[in-house]
Amino acid sequence: MSKYIQNFLKFNPLLMELVARDIKIKYRRSVLGVLWTLLNPLCMMIILSVVFSNLFKFDIENFPLYILSGQVVFNFFSDATNGALSSIIGSAALIKKVYVPKYLFVLSRVFSSFINLMASFTALLIVMVATRTELHWTSFLVPVPLLLLVLFSLGIGLILAAITVKFRDVMHLYSVFITALLYLTPVIYPMSILPTWLYKIVMLNPITNIMIMFRSVMLNNTVFSISSLVVAIIETAAALVIGLYVFYKNQDKFILNI
Amino acid sequence: MEKQTVVKVDHVSMKFNLSSEKFDSFKEYFIKSLKKQVSFDEFWALKDVSFEVFKGDSLGLIGLNGSGKSTMLKTIAGVLKPTKGSVEVYGNVAPLIELGAGFDFDLTARENVYLNGALLGYSRKIMDQYYQDIVDFSELSDFMDVPVKNFSSGMVSRLAFAIATIGIPDILIVDEVLSVGDFRFQQKCEKRIRTMMESGTTILFVSHSIEQVKSICNKIVWLEKGQLRKFGDAEVICEEYSKCY
Repeated sequence: MSKYIQNFLKFNPLLMELVARDIKIKYRRSVLGVLWTLLNPLCMMIILSVVFSNLFKFDIENFPLYILSGQVVFNFFSDATNGALSSIIGSAALIKKVYVPKYLFVLSRVFSSFINLMASFTALLIVMVATRTELHWTSFLVPVPLLLLVLFSLGIGLILAAITVKFRDVMHLYSVFITALLYLTPVIYPMSILPTWLYKIVMLNPITNIMIMFRSVMLNNTVFSISSLVVAIIETAAALVIGLYVFYKNQDKFILNI
Repeated sequence: MEKQTVVKVDHVSMKFNLSSEKFDSFKEYFIKSLKKQVSFDEFWALKDVSFEVFKGDSLGLIGLNGSGKSTMLKTIAGVLKPTKGSVEVYGNVAPLIELGAGFDFDLTARENVYLNGALLGYSRKIMDQYYQDIVDFSELSDFMDVPVKNFSSGMVSRLAFAIATIGIPDILIVDEVLSVGDFRFQQKCEKRIRTMMESGTTILFVSHSIEQVKSICNKIVWLEKGQLRKFGDAEVICEEYSKCY
């Protein structure tokens, strides 16, 4: 165990550099640069709330905020897992030449998505201030759902990265899957409009649970229930354990397949 | 004084599946495995190779193309895990396996210095100390803020060599890298390798130039079609090798 920790510490600078590289390359040669991480969710929120508040009349107060908070959570998951999925294949040149612990590539993608998450979270706070929404003490609990979300995405990312090396189909399949998942998560619609059978399916989605926890502390000023916390912890732990296991079992074969 | 083992290669074999049929999709895989057609042609890049390198040695690996030299180095560097046998390495390895492998060509030279340093396990702080040294050695002070994709191959290898040889690694792996750059730079590299050898770095050196191997190495591993043909003192083997080909 201590060997792993030592190895991790040795490559900690690399993790930082990889994250920095991801961010730098993403915004290189753009005039507004990192500001885009803030502007992007804001623009998306405006479009979605204009479209949906005219198309459907959902009974939600402060609909823009509802959409934005859903987007913050869902976009992180989609961003992090998509990044993780291609992280090993994308670093093929490096993996073939130099020894680097391979989980670092997955970790770095999840980290750089996390930095984007922080930016879009800031956008959420700005909108809350702009719309004079009250911030309550429950907001201090927001690290709990966010941490669970990050760890859950990391677990899923590890699984996807390992499988994608072997089967490139996953790349194409996953983009379809993520679209389906978007509609199975209450990002734009409220849970109350769902018929019972669909409600059950949507609740099975781990992202839904985390998103509800996130909204309850940020928007509804209520503390999430213990049961949803326990469920989220179990789901996160399961994703992480399976992810680490699948990744660890396959990592020595990566080099033969990339 | 007892000699300290730095690299111990113990009956290493490395098998590759020659993917005559490569499965990149589920469908293919399922169909083929149902038909029991999942077979690969096996190829042993290394067969039962063992040798030991002691501290301060400089080991040359020679052999024709495809004899397994690079595979051997990769197993030592930890990039490949041997199918059979084991490789034990005591100390940190600075791989020069292919110059510029760790570069991100969209980043500038300066950013790449830190990225590559991190690949070798150096933090930003340590890299700051070496930064000037790297710039001086690679003679690229005017180009440090240029993206590496605009560099010539000579410039890339100069920068990569300068980064890989900072500090005093326990083991330095040099694979055909001295064949790049102009004559003057080659000499400069050779000089630096010698300085490192004097301070106790173990060198693993691959080259097709038998002259270079002779001048740098004191031990030689001669590989032929993945098998160890000879292992021993440089002069004896070099002579035999030159006679053979």
